[in-house]
Amino acid sequence: MRNILQKHLNLYFALAVVVFSFGAADSMAGGKAPKPPKQEWSFDGMFGTFDKAAAQRGFQVYQEVCAGCHSLRQIDFRHLAGIGYTEEQIKAFAAESEVTDGPDDEGEMFERSGIPADPLPSPFANDQAAAASNNGKVPPDLSLMNKARIGGADYVYALLTGYTDPPSGIEVPEGGSYNTYYPGHIIAMAAPLSDEGVEYQDGTKATVAQQANDVVTFLAWTAEPEMERRKSMGLKVLIFLFIFTALLYRVKKVVWKGAKLR
Amino acid sequence: MSTNPSKKFKNPMVNWIEYRLPIFSFLDNSLGSNYPTPKNLNYFWNFGSLAGITLGIMLVSGIVLAMHYTAHVDYAFDSVERIMRDVNYGWLIRYIHMNGGSMFFIVVYIHIFRGLYYGSYHAPRELLWMLGVFILLAMMATAFMGYVLPWGQMSFWGATVITNLFSAIPLVGDAIVTWLWGGFSVDNATLNRFFSLHYLMPFVIVGLVVLHIWALHVHSSNNPIGIDAKTEQDTLPFHPYYTVKDLYGLGVFLICYAFFVFYAPNFFGEPDNYIEANPLVTPAHIVPEWYFLPFYAILRAFTADFFLFAYTPISWIMSAKLAGVIAMFASILLLLLMPWLDGSNVKSSKFRPLYAMFFWIFLLNCVVLGIVGGKPAEGTWLYIGQFTTTYYFAHLLVIVPLVSRLEQPKTPPESISAAVTSTAQG
Repeated sequence: MRNILQKHLNLYFALAVVVFSFGAADSMAGGKAPKPPKQEWSFDGMFGTFDKAAAQRGFQVYQEVCAGCHSLRQIDFRHLAGIGYTEEQIKAFAAESEVTDGPDDEGEMFERSGIPADPLPSPFANDQAAAASNNGKVPPDLSLMNKARIGGADYVYALLTGYTDPPSGIEVPEGGSYNTYYPGHIIAMAAPLSDEGVEYQDGTKATVAQQANDVVTFLAWTAEPEMERRKSMGLKVLIFLFIFTALLYRVKKVVWKGAKLR
Repeated sequence: MSTNPSKKFKNPMVNWIEYRLPIFSFLDNSLGSNYPTPKNLNYFWNFGSLAGITLGIMLVSGIVLAMHYTAHVDYAFDSVERIMRDVNYGWLIRYIHMNGGSMFFIVVYIHIFRGLYYGSYHAPRELLWMLGVFILLAMMATAFMGYVLPWGQMSFWGATVITNLFSAIPLVGDAIVTWLWGGFSVDNATLNRFFSLHYLMPFVIVGLVVLHIWALHVHSSNNPIGIDAKTEQDTLPFHPYYTVKDLYGLGVFLICYAFFVFYAPNFFGEPDNYIEANPLVTPAHIVPEWYFLPFYAILRAFTADFFLFAYTPISWIMSAKLAGVIAMFASILLLLLMPWLDGSNVKSSKFRPLYAMFFWIFLLNCVVLGIVGGKPAEGTWLYIGQFTTTYYFAHLLVIVPLVSRLEQPKTPPESISAAVTSTAQG
C-alpha cells in the first residue's frame, strides 16, 4: 500500500513539474493572445442600431479589399436593403456581376448580369481553388465572422489593426505575418488595410482604424441582419411581460389572501 | 380513473360530453378545483409546471424549424442560416428553440435539486422520482442530438467525441460506434438519424411526463416540511390557488427567457458553432453545451493515474476511458437509488441540519464540476476535477447513506396546517 502511494506521489510530482514547465514555456513564447480591447460600437447595448453610413463604407471596404479572397456566402444583393441601400442601388450593384445560369431550353448554360436575388459572387470557385491561391489556407467566409470568434466585433477590429513587426527573437515564416491578437500570432493573411487604401465616396478620411471600424460594422450586420428588429421587438415583449407579470402578481396576492389560514 | 357519476356542470353541452367522455372531471381532478394540493408549497414548486411549459415551447418551435431545416451535410449549416435570414420570424423561432434548451435544463436542474433538498423521492414517491431521472436522461439524449443538427464545428466535433465514447466498450465497442454512425465517421448518415431521433425523442419525453404527472397525482406533491396532507385543513384546491401561482411564476420565467432570446441569444452558445463543420480542422477546445459540463468533467477525470477514486485499483479490469464512461452514466443512474440511499424517516432537510449542510456542499461540488468541465483537462483543473468527481460519488454512496441513518432529525410539526399557523402567527 505504502509503495503504491509513494509511486503515485512521485507521479503527481513529476506531472506537476511537466505541467508547470509547459505553462512557463507557453507564457515565455507569448503563445496566448491578449484580450482584444473593448471598442464602442453603434450596435452595442439594448438600443444599439447599425450605423448605416459606416456599414455602407464597410461594404465598400469589403468589395475593394476583402472580396479578393473572402466570400460572403450568406448575403444576397437584395439583403443590402438592410444597410440602407435603395432598390436602384442594389440593382446597380448586382448588375456589375456576371452570373452563369441555366440550363436553358437547349440545355446550354449561359451568362447573364446579376439580379438582386443573386448571392454576392465568391472569389473562388471552391475551397481547393481558394487554398491553391493562398499558400494552402482557405480564407474563411466572412458572413458570420463577428459571431464565430470569441470577442466578436472587438476581436475582428483588434485583428485588423493588430499587425506589428514581430518582437525580437520571433521568426515569422515565409508567407506569414505577425499579429498581436491572432492566437499564436502568426497569421496567413497579410495586413489587409492601409491608410487611404480605399477612397470613400462620402469623403470620410480612410485611415486604417476608420476602415476597420467600418468593415466591422458591416460584418456585424452580415452576421446578425435581424439585430435591429430583434432588439425593438424584445423591448415590446419585455414591457408587455413586465406589466402582465405585475398584474399576475396582484391577482395571486388577492386570490391567496387569507388562504393559508383557511 | 375514478369518475364521480354525480358530477354536474352548469353547461348542458359540457354535461353531454362529460356523460360520454369524462374529460371535464378528469381535468378538474388533475388541474382543477378538485385536486387538493398542500397549502404550504414555496416557489421552488413552480419549476415542475415551468418544465412542462418549456417542453411545449420546444415542441412547437422545433416542429416549425423542422419545416425549414435540411438534414444533409452539404445544406444543414446553410439551411439554418436561411432560417435566420430569410424565413419570416425564423430568427425568433430559432433563438427561442436554441435558448429554450438551456432554459429547460436550468428549470429541470432546479426542480431536481428541490427534490433532493426536500426529500421528494421518499416513499411513496419513489417511482415518481425515478421517472424524473429517466426524463432527464431522455432530455440529455435529445439535447445532444439537437446540438448536432446546425452542423457547426462544435456540432460535428461534439458528436465525434461523444459517439466515440462507446468504443471504450470491450470487444464490441468499435462495431457499436460504426453502427451508431451508419458509416466510418460522423457523416451524412449520422446527421440524418440524429435528426430523425431528435424529432422522436421529445414525444418519448411527453410520454414519460404523462407517467410522471400520473404518479404525482396519486399522492399529490411533497411539500417543504415533508409531512403528507392529512386533513382538508392541510390543502388548497389546485385551481385557483396554484394555477394563479404557476402563472405568476411563468411570467417571471418568461421575462428571463425573453431577455436571452432578444438581447443575448448566443450567451449559452459557442462561437465555434457559427463555423461550418470541417472534419479536417479540430477546434482548439471541444466543449459540450454548459448543461453537460459536470458530466463531461466526471468523464475526463478518469486518467491512467487517477488514484483518488478507484481507477488505479481497477486498472487491470478496464481502460481509464471505459471507467470514465461508466462513471459518467453512473453519476446519473445512481440518482435512481436515492429513495434507498437516503434511509431517513424524515423527508425535508429543514429538520436535518447536518444533511442540509451536505446538500449545499454537494450542490457547490456540482457547480465546481461544471466549471472544470469547461476547462482543458490538464494541470490543476484535472486534479480539481478528480477531487470533485470523487466527492460526487462519495456524497451519494457514503455521505447520504450514513448521515441519513446516523443523524437524529428535529421533530417536524404535527401537520401542514399546524406548521403554517405557527409561522403565520409568530
